[in-house]
Amino acid sequence: MSINRAKVIEIINKIADRIEENKLYLTELDAVIGDGDHGLNMSKGFHAVREKLKEDAGNNIGDILKKTGMTLVSNVGGASGPLYGTAFMKAGLEAGSKEEIDVIDFEKMLTAALDGIKMRGKAVLEDKTMVDAIEPALYALSKAIQLGLSSKEALKEAVDAAYKGVEHTKAIIARKGRASYLAERSIGHQDAGATSSALIFKTIYEEINV
Amino acid sequence: MVGLVIVSHSEKIAEGLKELAGQMATDVSIAAAGGTNDGRLGTDAEKIITAINKVYTQDGVLVLFDIGSAYMSADIALECLSEEMREKVEILDTALVEGTITAAIECSLNKSLTEIKEELKSLSIVKMPQ
Repeated sequence: MSINRAKVIEIINKIADRIEENKLYLTELDAVIGDGDHGLNMSKGFHAVREKLKEDAGNNIGDILKKTGMTLVSNVGGASGPLYGTAFMKAGLEAGSKEEIDVIDFEKMLTAALDGIKMRGKAVLEDKTMVDAIEPALYALSKAIQLGLSSKEALKEAVDAAYKGVEHTKAIIARKGRASYLAERSIGHQDAGATSSALIFKTIYEEINV
Repeated sequence: MVGLVIVSHSEKIAEGLKELAGQMATDVSIAAAGGTNDGRLGTDAEKIITAINKVYTQDGVLVLFDIGSAYMSADIALECLSEEMREKVEILDTALVEGTITAAIECSLNKSLTEIKEELKSLSIVKMPQ
């Protein structure tokens, strides 16, 4: 797998499409145990990203991701703004001036993104947040790479692990965010942030053809 | 004089609290950073940076916030400041309404950032993410 600058922009635009298509679904999930704005917030944020990248995407993959992150930080509104914003900015720092990336780079970028999210939100596994989708996905990706699976197969493992993580959020109590005010009443409902993270992984997987 | 920034998910809360605190401390610089740039509920790091710049002096700025992600947005705003400014800007964990009013009065008495922080300790409600 080798992803160039143009492909990265294409993938981000595709993520924006998927978020838009799932706007109501994400908002409904969030409305049950949160403040019911996740879908709308993410759609506003990624719409702004699409416009930003059209106007100026920078010179390399690091720039693209940093601009994406900054735009999310100031256009989402909810917690997902600072969290996804930090994730994309950290991934961008990791990518640096690269103009092409492979699955090993992606693994490093994802590691940096997850560290950023945990640093920003102080969440850990089992808090019923996006970490419950991203951390298992990263773990599965690393394991698949070690086992010598192809890039596409490794990304598939990551997507499956992310969705398994989303499913698991139904069984646990929210310890972060607005849902934490509901304590045990949050059990039985899946986390909206974990769901959007899994959706992002799925989009990346679908867009990678090699 | 130390300046204050009120970060809330709601523009009305931030503006209302600015009005309320200003009533007792008319000469204090208070900036409201509530809601998103398109009028939704939420917080916006860029709006917070603008607010900090508005009230910033060498005496420093205290940033007070309402819930959850307001802290994260404020945290990002601080990271975007110049190193020199960042040393003089602090996010404070305090009950927003009571803390802002107390802070405004302390500011108007020309107390230092450290003294104001000390005064507000009793109003802390442990809401910064641990």
